Amino acid sequence: MNEPIFEGLSLAEIREINAEMSHYENKTAVSIEALKIVQKYRRWVSDQCLIAVAELLDISPAQLEGVATFYNLIYRQPVGKTVIHYCNSVTCWMLGSDQVGESLCRHLNVELGEMSADGEYTVLPIVCLGACDHAPVVMVGDQLKFDITEDAVNEILGR
Amino acid sequence: MEIMDKPLTKNIRPDRAFATLADYESTGGYQGLRKTISQLQPKDVQQWVKDAGLRGRGGAGFGTGLKWSLVPLDDLSQTRYLVANADEMEPGTFKDRLLLEQDPHQLIEGMIIAAYAIQAQRAYIFLRGEYHVAKFRLEQALLEAKSKGYLGEHVLDSEFSLDIVLHTGAGRYICGEETALLNALEGKRATPRAKPPFPLVSGLWGKPTVVNNVETLCNVPHILNYGVEWYQGLARGVDKGTKLFGASGRVKHPGLWELPMGTPIREIIEQHAGGMRDGYKLRGFLPGGASTDFLLPEHLDVVMDFEAVAKAGSRMGTGVIIVLDDQTCPVKMVLNLEQFFAQESCGWCTPCRDGLPWTVTLLKDIIAGKGRIEDLDALAGLTRMLGPGNTFCALAPGAVEPLQSALKYFRADFERYIAMERA
Repeated sequence: MNEPIFEGLSLAEIREINAEMSHYENKTAVSIEALKIVQKYRRWVSDQCLIAVAELLDISPAQLEGVATFYNLIYRQPVGKTVIHYCNSVTCWMLGSDQVGESLCRHLNVELGEMSADGEYTVLPIVCLGACDHAPVVMVGDQLKFDITEDAVNEILGR
Repeated sequence: MEIMDKPLTKNIRPDRAFATLADYESTGGYQGLRKTISQLQPKDVQQWVKDAGLRGRGGAGFGTGLKWSLVPLDDLSQTRYLVANADEMEPGTFKDRLLLEQDPHQLIEGMIIAAYAIQAQRAYIFLRGEYHVAKFRLEQALLEAKSKGYLGEHVLDSEFSLDIVLHTGAGRYICGEETALLNALEGKRATPRAKPPFPLVSGLWGKPTVVNNVETLCNVPHILNYGVEWYQGLARGVDKGTKLFGASGRVKHPGLWELPMGTPIREIIEQHAGGMRDGYKLRGFLPGGASTDFLLPEHLDVVMDFEAVAKAGSRMGTGVIIVLDDQTCPVKMVLNLEQFFAQESCGWCTPCRDGLPWTVTLLKDIIAGKGRIEDLDALAGLTRMLGPGNTFCALAPGAVEPLQSALKYFRADFERYIAMERA
């Protein structure tokens, strides 16, 4: 792990966040990237991290919290090592996304948004993943998986 | 003559590998940029694109050259921005992902030419966070373009310099709305901004900004390379050029095809998509994404042109069709759509924030057998109250399009649920 230099963020996180600043007109603009950088290292954004990022960007924690809670891919509670997003938008829904979501949750014995007991997975619905010609689709971590069937669910979970 | 007939997809391969710089250059890539930089003034480029008749491919169909020409160019020391809207999130739409993943240089070349036309010094690609493959390939392509001098200080040894920054979003449908997208780029909640001022005058950090859709920008290099006349000759209808059309749902071969503007919808569904899967019949379709009105089998001969689809009572939108089959309940389909829009509403203005969840509640009650016939009037009322002019942006008016047309075309399905309750 990286050596934490002040409460909340590691040196690596701070470096990466600072590196983003050259691409924008001001520090505020880095908010979303900064939260994603924190997540890359910690999977989710804790209160402590959120406050530290806000301090680094010279904005109020409340403003950053407004940003963090606005976006679907920023997690404000702990998630498993791999987040499985299953698309529940119209074409996937038509072709069985409800069953895909239920099947994932049943196999992992979790509710949506909950972490599996072994800390490996969290299942969340997501809006259209732009692969409707292969519906239903899921995104496992950053990998898109097409034409999902019950067998495919087992395969994804390695069972 | 693939290159000339299918300019947008000529480099796209069935194995999903992507076109490298060398691949892209071997089919005429960056020739449009060379010509632009060496022979044309910014105003000339705007004129070419205007004359070609290119209209925005993100859904609204605004004239691209006209949009560019509204950017003030009098003070050349002023900062101007170009933004590629790669936040493809319209349910049922998967066209930009193909272009981004498999031919990233086409977008980059289009962006450099567009930036030159409006004399922007910096451009952003606003890519949706879920498009991981596209991110990786764009990063590579941007480095390649820089190393060959197409991008960076002194593009092709000219006076023009451009920096392209790849920004990945964190997921929210509203980011596709151009002013909300600008707020997201500024690191804020993606709520839309009041217009005027329009982004063309006061956009990103208050500077003149053009936001163009990915597919729109991908058309640009070819117009410059092969000319206006050639571009106009591609189309079969009133609108010009080719477009990525597609279909998803219970058709035999869901997919995407680059076809001339003006292609009849029947051809897309019956020929390219292979018609309905065995055992299913066509009940209706959304011609261009979740926020377009339903059309019926009787509209199959409508052609994919902005005006023609509008005349039939819908919108061409993104041009990627969602097919409703006879065994999918249209009421439940509309519920799925409204749940999406209610969830993705940014909550900034009251009609959208409160009205969309109300449509969801009413639809759920109807499906659960708790509906009353008056609920249909309430739903119809909501489609009017959430329609154009009553909300901050186009999200709610788009959201009620499939609902209003479902109430018109599939009313018996709604009434059946309500009658079930009575019985």
